[in-house]
Amino acid sequence: MADSIATPRQNPGIDLTQMTDARVALGRFGAGMPTRASQAFLLDHARARQAVWSTVDTDRLAKGLGGHGCETVIVDSQAQDRSTYIRRPDLGRLLSHASAERLTALGTGYDVAIVIADGLSSTAVELNAIPLAAGLMSRFASLHMALSPVIVARQARVALSDPVGEALRARIVVMLIGERPGLSASDSIGVYITHQPKAGTPDSSRNCISNVREGGLAIPQALDSIVALVTAIRQTGISGVGLKDAVAALR
Amino acid sequence: MPYRMTIEQTVFTFADLKDLLAKATPERSGDQLAGVAAHGPVERLAAQMALADLPLRTFLNEEVISSDDDDVSRLIADQHDAAAFAPIASLTVGEFREWLLKPETGQRALEAITFGVTPEMVAAVSKIMRLQDLIAVAAKREVVTRFRSTIGLTGRLSTRNQPNHPTDDSRGIAASAIDGLLMGSGDAVIGVNPATDSVEDYVRIVSLLDELRERLAIPTQTCCLGHVTTAIRAMEAGAPVDLVFQSVAGSQKANQGFGIDLAMLKEAHDAGRSLRRAPADGNIMYFETGQGAALSANAHFGVDQQTMETRAYAVARAFDPLLVNTVVGFIGPEYLFNGKQIIRAGLEDHFCGKLLGLPMGVDVCYTNHADADQEDMDALLTLLCAANVNFVITVPGADDIMLNYQSLAHHDAVYCRETLKRPPAPEFERWLQEIGLTNGAGALVGAPPKLTHYLAHTQTVGA
Repeated sequence: MADSIATPRQNPGIDLTQMTDARVALGRFGAGMPTRASQAFLLDHARARQAVWSTVDTDRLAKGLGGHGCETVIVDSQAQDRSTYIRRPDLGRLLSHASAERLTALGTGYDVAIVIADGLSSTAVELNAIPLAAGLMSRFASLHMALSPVIVARQARVALSDPVGEALRARIVVMLIGERPGLSASDSIGVYITHQPKAGTPDSSRNCISNVREGGLAIPQALDSIVALVTAIRQTGISGVGLKDAVAALR
Repeated sequence: MPYRMTIEQTVFTFADLKDLLAKATPERSGDQLAGVAAHGPVERLAAQMALADLPLRTFLNEEVISSDDDDVSRLIADQHDAAAFAPIASLTVGEFREWLLKPETGQRALEAITFGVTPEMVAAVSKIMRLQDLIAVAAKREVVTRFRSTIGLTGRLSTRNQPNHPTDDSRGIAASAIDGLLMGSGDAVIGVNPATDSVEDYVRIVSLLDELRERLAIPTQTCCLGHVTTAIRAMEAGAPVDLVFQSVAGSQKANQGFGIDLAMLKEAHDAGRSLRRAPADGNIMYFETGQGAALSANAHFGVDQQTMETRAYAVARAFDPLLVNTVVGFIGPEYLFNGKQIIRAGLEDHFCGKLLGLPMGVDVCYTNHADADQEDMDALLTLLCAANVNFVITVPGADDIMLNYQSLAHHDAVYCRETLKRPPAPEFERWLQEIGLTNGAGALVGAPPKLTHYLAHTQTVGA
């Protein structure tokens, strides 16, 4: 290995890498990073871009959920492709007309609808959505809740929960959505729970659990948190920032 | 009043001044999202041609957002100085571009029109300038500010050392700050974006940064980029606050979205001044801006995002800041889609800020869902150095682990110093040499124990 002009890690001082996950003490050659550090960064960025720009294999997802005894219905937002989706978050919040009709035909009376949405990370959905959704279906069923088929939404933003919930007249929508990837993790699922979803629901009326992934909030713990939130929302009839106070008032 | 342009018998009509400005704006996703962009390159050029023929005086008679409803518009009207406007009063926007570019227009002439131009005039002329024009004019407009270091001198480049940490851990922040100092970064400010916004954490963060600066005798400033209301409370509690920070935008409603108004900024500025940490003629405010901020708060009133950004500079210049930077690629691809749009926006913001007299820096950055990468950042950084940018932001390995976006690496500052020959602020340049980081030629040579062992001896961090 060539001699780096300054590799602080080799200096007898405190090891900075023990104190932060930031990319400290990389060393340098002139102004350049060592090749390995440079390529480690590029790999993290490549993973993040792949998570954003690839599409979810919905057939595989449906088959996987079918293996757990879950029916699925696939819907689309009004963003027709990835490029439109990235540029037009407004279209990712609206349901395509065909999809709205398909959902309306499913009937009503659901306590909970689970929506799997690609969001900004298809990687997160492919790695984590099946065990999360199947786990929730079984936990909710044992609580005697009426459940819609699992809705798989393509080119979807969080607020697509609202038209999906409206079309199904679902009391609660639980959306599992791929979060915007960072360099350190590109496979996180965010969970958004909305009571009585309807167009124009502010984000402050949803409850959120983020960073669900291996190495973040693990799936069993995430399932417990989601079930606890849904139970509290059913008891209080409220979701979002007001939920904590509403639960406290019940006690 | 509608504006018209005819190209080969096709008449293009623009409903009013804001429509003309929006349609004349080089393509970007945010204006398309807002539905105000030109419908194609020919309509865009028609708008640019109509804009070029527009007398600058038009901007004094027609507001893009009415002063009746908006305090930023009132501020813009109040700031306008008719005497300073006189040398350019007879020009059209197109002639103004030519006036800016000609060699006879130097630093003195540009400085003289600082309060003669309004944000909208500056935004307008930028829309008919290509990158080279934006660089050539900005490079002539030196804006120098001072606290413990002197920032913005021609031929120099300062850096903000940004040691963020996801949980504001004291040791994590200090380790990251030291990492940056070892690479020679931090003469503009050592500034932390806090993950939380409590007064307690704010006080802890500024205290640990102040201890670091004091003990190493670094000629720089420190800052916790919390909300101004948090800063005011921390100052009341006796915290060592060098710079008071706030994000600002180009309309009253957008500023309300940030939880601020002009009176609150004045209160914070006065409180910071009363601490007397800076020299009497020094600058103590730090502002961040960014195209798309107003639209994301639904507070753009049909005005294009670049004009709204430039209006934010009217707010900034009311408080003689030490530092202002656009966080250009942070907001995401729905506002600036790709590297090309981010690069142009960075150079526009820098040019417009400088012409309005601001000590303009740029956070050269992007997010993972934008169609951009490190090579786009290399291009923007190199172009900004040519434009004589006051400062850029650097983080360890270009990866901000708190805000989850990519800014520049401390390494990139080394590239500017060693390849582009842009030394830091003179006071900091001397300090780097005295402490043993650089040699007589300004090249990084060592890792002095004073820095590498700092964390073994500090009190606040509790190592």
